[in-house]
Amino acid sequence: MSGFFKSSIGRKYAMALSAFFLMIFLLQHFAINILSVFSADAFNEASHFMGTFWIVQYIFQPILIFGVVYHFVMGFILEAKNRSARVKKYAKNNGGANSSWMSRNMIYSGLAILAFLVLHFIDFWIPEINTKYIQGDMSGLLADGEGYRYYEELTHKFVSPLRVGAYVIAFVFLSLHLLHGFSSAFQSAGISSMRKKKLQTFGKAYAIVLPLGFIIIALYHHFNH
Amino acid sequence: MNLTLKIWRQKGPKDKGSMVDYKVSEISEHMSFLEMMDVLNEQLINQGEEPVAFDHDCREGICGSCSMFINGEAHGPDRGVTTCQLHMRMFKDGDTITIEPFRAKAFPVIKDLVVDRSSFDRVQHAGGYISVNTSGNTQDANAIPISKHAADEAMDAATCIGCGACVASCKNASAMLFVGAKVSQYALLPQGRIEAVDRVKNMVAQMDLEGFGNCTNTGACEVECPKGISLENIARMNREYLTANIKD
Repeated sequence: MSGFFKSSIGRKYAMALSAFFLMIFLLQHFAINILSVFSADAFNEASHFMGTFWIVQYIFQPILIFGVVYHFVMGFILEAKNRSARVKKYAKNNGGANSSWMSRNMIYSGLAILAFLVLHFIDFWIPEINTKYIQGDMSGLLADGEGYRYYEELTHKFVSPLRVGAYVIAFVFLSLHLLHGFSSAFQSAGISSMRKKKLQTFGKAYAIVLPLGFIIIALYHHFNH
Repeated sequence: MNLTLKIWRQKGPKDKGSMVDYKVSEISEHMSFLEMMDVLNEQLINQGEEPVAFDHDCREGICGSCSMFINGEAHGPDRGVTTCQLHMRMFKDGDTITIEPFRAKAFPVIKDLVVDRSSFDRVQHAGGYISVNTSGNTQDANAIPISKHAADEAMDAATCIGCGACVASCKNASAMLFVGAKVSQYALLPQGRIEAVDRVKNMVAQMDLEGFGNCTNTGACEVECPKGISLENIARMNREYLTANIKD
């Protein structure tokens, strides 16, 4: 296997594997977030479990961070390499005649998602790490000790219409990214989704339903609190 | 019909080159695109100008020589045809047609619309063959049982004429459809399995060495391929490559 991940195809596999992991993570993230619409207690319980269970915190979280960083860094490296493969651009290139906008602009939808992740980390992840690992408060309780803090923190973040607007736009870009990315990951891994209609249909549903769900969660808390 | 042509003119590999406008008139809709280019070149020769250099050979859509990027698409706006099989009926009187060479770092321009596609030959030399002793005692190929499905898929892959439209159309100038087809046509047949591991590894290594971009599965290559080579061949090459690296 020496040199596999330095080859063009090896890198495709690596991108696909990190994409699979991120898509599974997204599903899990959504499953917990949607609880907040139905039950504050259920959301609090699930969040506390995820935030304190050692396997999640010390095994899955580092893998997730590595997966996110790898996917972005490799995406930029491949984009730079691909751009250098055509030094002189066409005077007229009708890309819309043979490929989707999403497939041709993964770098831009990816950049929009990266910008969102920075905001998301500032909003949730960094304060969470600060509370748990710098201040050493693993209790998950509110300052007054009356119940868990997670639901309160979530609803507080969605008060600002600007933040909600940014989240909605980011999830539209996530949807565009996934509309190509889902089937592309399977194709890169050697599983031709192009010929497997069911997989393709599932991919489109995933790419639309999941980001739409996140948008609904943000709007629900904005208009209900 | 009367047309305005915007054509890439470049005197040689080191010349900067530029787009030059030409007018052609009384073009029949029944002409092929290359015949229209012949009319232009006769016009230029009569005017004492240098004719436009372009690749062509069989003019039957099977040699893969003609290689123009017409109005933003490899081999022009028609589907499943090479430039020589593209007819002027695809255009309207008064149209402006932009004609450029296939662009890729691995396909340097030699002159005008002629590009050097020998990088494809080097990829092919790296493993796109089977080693068979043809001294007269070779086993009859018909005596080796091959399923209809495998034979059909191998034949489909083998119809690749190596024209380079996949590279020209891909936003990344990737050659994976070409290499995928060449790997697949042997990988699907028992005669090709013997050298399958070395073949895919060597061909992919040479492809990377030539400076082609990386496939991002836009599917543009499949749409523009004059022979309808399927993306399935890229998926198969990826599987072959992974398996080869695990085995080795």
